Amino acid sequence: MADATISGGMPAGREARPVASGPVLAADGTPLKASLARSLRRQKARALLLIAPLLLFILATFVLPIGDMLFRSVENRIVGDTLPRTVAALREDTAPVPGEPAFVALYEDLVVAEEYKRHTQLGTRLNYEWGGASSLFRGTGRAVARFGTDVYTDQFQDADPAFEDGAQWAAWMADEAVRAALPETADAYDAWAQFTTEVGNDDPAEEEPGDMVYAALHRDLSAGAQPPGLPAVDVTGFETVSIKELLIEEDDAWGEPEIWNVLRLYAPAYTPGYYLNAVDLQKDLDGVSVRPENDRIYVTLFVRTMIMSLVITGTCILLGYPIAYLLASLPMRTANLLMILVLLPFWTSLLVRTSAWKVLLQQQGVINDILVWAGVVSDANRLVMINNQTGTIIAMTHILLPFMILPLYSVMKGIPPSFVRAAKSLGANDWTAFWRVYFPQSVPGIGAGSILVFILSIGYYITPELVGGTKGVFISNRIAYHISTSLNWGLAAALGTILLAVVLLLYWVYDRLVGIDNVKLGG
Amino acid sequence: MTITKLMGSAALALLPMAGAALAQDAAAPELPACENCADSMVIMSWGGAYQNSQLKAYVEPYIAATGITVTWDESSNEAIAKLRAAQEAGNMPFDLVDVEGPDAQRACDEGLAVEIDHDEVLAPGDDGSAPTEDFGDSIINDCYLPQIYFSTTFGYRTDVAEWNGATPDDICDVFDIEAFPGMRSLQASPKKNLEWALICDGVAAEDVYDVLDEDGGVERALAKLDTIKDSTIWWTAGAETPQLLADKEVVMGSTYNGRLFSVIAEQNQPVEMLWDYQNFDFDGWIVPAGLSEDRMNRVMHFARFATDTQRLADQAKYIAYGPARASSQPLVSTHADLGIEMAPHMPTNPDNMKNYLVNNIEWWADNQDEVEATFQNWLAQ
Amino acid sequence: MLQASQTAPFVEFDRVQKSYDGQTLVVKDLNLSIPRGEFLTMLGPSGSGKTTTLMMLAGFETATHGEIRLGGRNINDVPPHKRGIGMVFQNYALFPHMSVAENLAFPLEVRKMDKAERDAKVRRALDMVQMGQFANRRPAQLSGGQQQRIALARALVFEPELVLMDEPLGALDKQLREHMQFEIKHLHDRLGITVVYVTHDQTEALTMSDRVAVFNDGIVQQLAPPDELYEAPVNSFVAQFIGENNTLEGIVTALDREKCVVRLDSGDEIDAKPVNVSRVGDRTRVSIRPERVEFNKARLRPDAHTLRARVEEFIYMGDMFRTRLSVAGNDEFVIKSRNAPDQVRLQPGQEIEIGWLPEDCRALDAA
Repeated sequence: MADATISGGMPAGREARPVASGPVLAADGTPLKASLARSLRRQKARALLLIAPLLLFILATFVLPIGDMLFRSVENRIVGDTLPRTVAALREDTAPVPGEPAFVALYEDLVVAEEYKRHTQLGTRLNYEWGGASSLFRGTGRAVARFGTDVYTDQFQDADPAFEDGAQWAAWMADEAVRAALPETADAYDAWAQFTTEVGNDDPAEEEPGDMVYAALHRDLSAGAQPPGLPAVDVTGFETVSIKELLIEEDDAWGEPEIWNVLRLYAPAYTPGYYLNAVDLQKDLDGVSVRPENDRIYVTLFVRTMIMSLVITGTCILLGYPIAYLLASLPMRTANLLMILVLLPFWTSLLVRTSAWKVLLQQQGVINDILVWAGVVSDANRLVMINNQTGTIIAMTHILLPFMILPLYSVMKGIPPSFVRAAKSLGANDWTAFWRVYFPQSVPGIGAGSILVFILSIGYYITPELVGGTKGVFISNRIAYHISTSLNWGLAAALGTILLAVVLLLYWVYDRLVGIDNVKLGG
Repeated sequence: MTITKLMGSAALALLPMAGAALAQDAAAPELPACENCADSMVIMSWGGAYQNSQLKAYVEPYIAATGITVTWDESSNEAIAKLRAAQEAGNMPFDLVDVEGPDAQRACDEGLAVEIDHDEVLAPGDDGSAPTEDFGDSIINDCYLPQIYFSTTFGYRTDVAEWNGATPDDICDVFDIEAFPGMRSLQASPKKNLEWALICDGVAAEDVYDVLDEDGGVERALAKLDTIKDSTIWWTAGAETPQLLADKEVVMGSTYNGRLFSVIAEQNQPVEMLWDYQNFDFDGWIVPAGLSEDRMNRVMHFARFATDTQRLADQAKYIAYGPARASSQPLVSTHADLGIEMAPHMPTNPDNMKNYLVNNIEWWADNQDEVEATFQNWLAQ
Repeated sequence: MLQASQTAPFVEFDRVQKSYDGQTLVVKDLNLSIPRGEFLTMLGPSGSGKTTTLMMLAGFETATHGEIRLGGRNINDVPPHKRGIGMVFQNYALFPHMSVAENLAFPLEVRKMDKAERDAKVRRALDMVQMGQFANRRPAQLSGGQQQRIALARALVFEPELVLMDEPLGALDKQLREHMQFEIKHLHDRLGITVVYVTHDQTEALTMSDRVAVFNDGIVQQLAPPDELYEAPVNSFVAQFIGENNTLEGIVTALDREKCVVRLDSGDEIDAKPVNVSRVGDRTRVSIRPERVEFNKARLRPDAHTLRARVEEFIYMGDMFRTRLSVAGNDEFVIKSRNAPDQVRLQPGQEIEIGWLPEDCRALDAA
């Protein structure tokens, strides 16, 4: 009947137009769609303008940092940037412990890195993959500056004083022919000149080049180079040193395959290493393997985080449901008063609340005192409720409870009392009426509250840090540790990304099981 | 010429005392003018009693003299992380950072701190000695402006019934759960804990770092720590152990000796010091790299004042840490509020130094990353 | 109808009082007997106590004083789910998380009925309200009228003898509401159940009920069949509340059993039937239904009192004409006349004379 009224009201001509003949046209003959789009464009532009500040804010404070985090979790340019020559040399040399050229490349890279103080950062980075890298690079970095390579410097300068002259060197190295004849020397000189300018703020033309330049010159000349314009020096009689031997002498580790494997594995600019590390795996030459047992902690921590978050969510439901029910069924004025009590924790600083729990829960704390006084526990067997998982669960349940109560309350508020009355009038007793009729309708509130509490608790770290001891900490404490103490930001990023992925996955599972449109934050 | 010189040195000698008197009245000491200097500073320090001693001894007097504003950032615990993050972001919010020796070493190694010409930047001693001479060995690297030396040591409660009147007098009593039952508090960091563990595992003090360098050395120390792991609360802030001791949550715990002094002398808690194998460490300033010229000028102007003989001696009025200058030592007097002699509470008091360790900064700088990772994994398991 | 009222009372309210706050009574001394099979409507403005009365009968509110009996048994302390009373709620209260069939099966399920019997009853109940093909829908997928039928079916599916309805048609549009009124009425007649129906819509009450209890201020003002209620209201509240009504105020100047004379405040005198006046000199409010006012002199009794009236407004309403007059100082005086071929259409400004049969003009309390 409604249809009939509408079609009856339409002008006959337009109604008669067959649909197949083309797009519907507006009164002026333009396609109706285009005309509609135009009329909506202004509206859309205005809407966009209204949300623009928020959009920019979110972009700057949320999207970009997360993008940066994702990037950091795979980014690994430090190896290639700090040791470019070594990485190139290792591509040629696949022996477990490479030959002299790779050592020479490492030596030059380290001399440069030491000037820029980058070798310690590289050591720290590689230490994540192989414990020992940090001290190896620190020690070697200190050593390369006073390496025995000055034998070449002395011999060249003895052979011809022109080799002492910085200006002369600058002139040679400006000559394309010389550079072509002495490729290694040119490379070493450029690197030296660059850090001399940038770090030392000196003019390379006024300085005597570093030892590594003379070493490189020796290699070029030994290879039979005949540079035009340089004093002819016969290097066949020169005393030589093996840089490989010097480095191994400095630290045995250079003579073992491990560090070289690590350098080969982590040479690429991007690496899955942080992610492997985050799930207690490691990369090795054969692929991927499980980390040694006392290095395996992250899977345990992830599982612990999940389980404890579930427990916290569960206790929040158990404690929050009756309160929300009470709030929803009380008269408005009383309910508002109670609601203020529920919200009260929000007005107190998180740290204060957590510290208060410390005072309450500790062995000489209020709760134990009361229990001892009441004779429930003996003075010698005071309960350990803090610096363990119990502490974390109690404190976090308290802190997150409002996040459970609020959505539950607003959903329950939207359930008319007539449902339960109807159920009772139909013959259901109080429990059946609650369980079959009221409870199913409050499930969306439980769902919303659970998602909120679970996701918040997964990412919580201040409270577990303060009351969790070593057994009650979450993966987020580990992330915080890597961010602020160990400075392993890549691993922190990988852990964070995995956590994000887990949350999204759980969200998806939840959507499949419960349906996200079943989640209500308000009636 | 000679006369003016004489007068100059006389003035120099008098100045610190005048300064001290003025500082106590929160009046301005006389300072040379600071040209092209920023009018504010952000100082990173440790918070608590230590920061308070800095505030009283030289920050407040400096503010009174110059009128600049000083903002505190109490995150010296994670100084290196903050500095590195700031450097990556290309925006250095801190002007002066208080760190322990090993962190100063790391910051210097990684180019996070600027190198300093000590003789040029620091004031000479009030006895006229050159700064490098006056500070001596406490200048541990090129970036470090020494302030104090402190020790990490143990405090214990004197009223533990289960101990039947016994009191710990040996560092290894910390590891003796049988004789001294109860919770301990230790720093959530391998530093010092590993050394103590090895000493109590039978290693001679002078061999500790050699054993740590050996394969399995760290594991050996951790195995020793395993024996008390379940009876230990791990702290990250120096104020935790005093609080835990006062709350009777632990019966003994390690922390900085100055913090224990506060508990014992200022709060009159039933707590005593266990000085055995106290572990000496250095604490001082580093200046972050990447400051603008005016900020750098201000920092240097302040640093010269804050590390002069009188200022470092003044600091000892507020906290039981030893001034890093030789020339300050004789000026150490009584506590500002309590009026007690500070010397017996100093870690350097001969009675307190029968056994001691000195933190091996170089070893820790080299090995911190791997040992810290191992330790944290051990802790989390 | 008459038969029903003669049988023994099925539902009885005996001196029932209800107070929520201990200070004021929402229901004051309610005495009400409902025979088996009757369709009784409780009609009244909001706050009159009619819903509270219904809720006390259903068991959701307890009587502060007095006794409620069902089939002769005191049910004051019987919890709602044991009273076996079907109920239809204002917003239907269909369980949104259950399908239509599950909603209907619910009362059977809690009575532990086996599945086959349950299904048969559900099907029968759905067919009864012509909703057979909607069994698997969710309530939210149904229109208001459809939900209404399901709610009705659910209240009837467990075959209660007494069904309570709390403004069940309030949310429907006019056309659907009128249609549903007939359906409910027919169901009642067919099933022979007792219905207690609450509404504030007097047309609904008049259309459906065997008897109507008019509530006001916690008291049943009149309990009567619809025609009696309309034609013989016992007080001015009922007269005002049921149907359209013209009132004129005055003083009784002469009074006997059948007739009284009222001198209006304007000085005119009219004849009226004494209903709620007891002696000469009483102030009264006389009430005349708009359709009982006559302006065709030929149709009035020769001795009847008449009043002069001026036409203020003429409204054409299709089947009726509605004319607003100014009579004896009351310019809200309305008369209704049937739209018949010979009917006069009065013009605004016209001066006419109006009158009525004395028995149509009831002298009521002045309240």
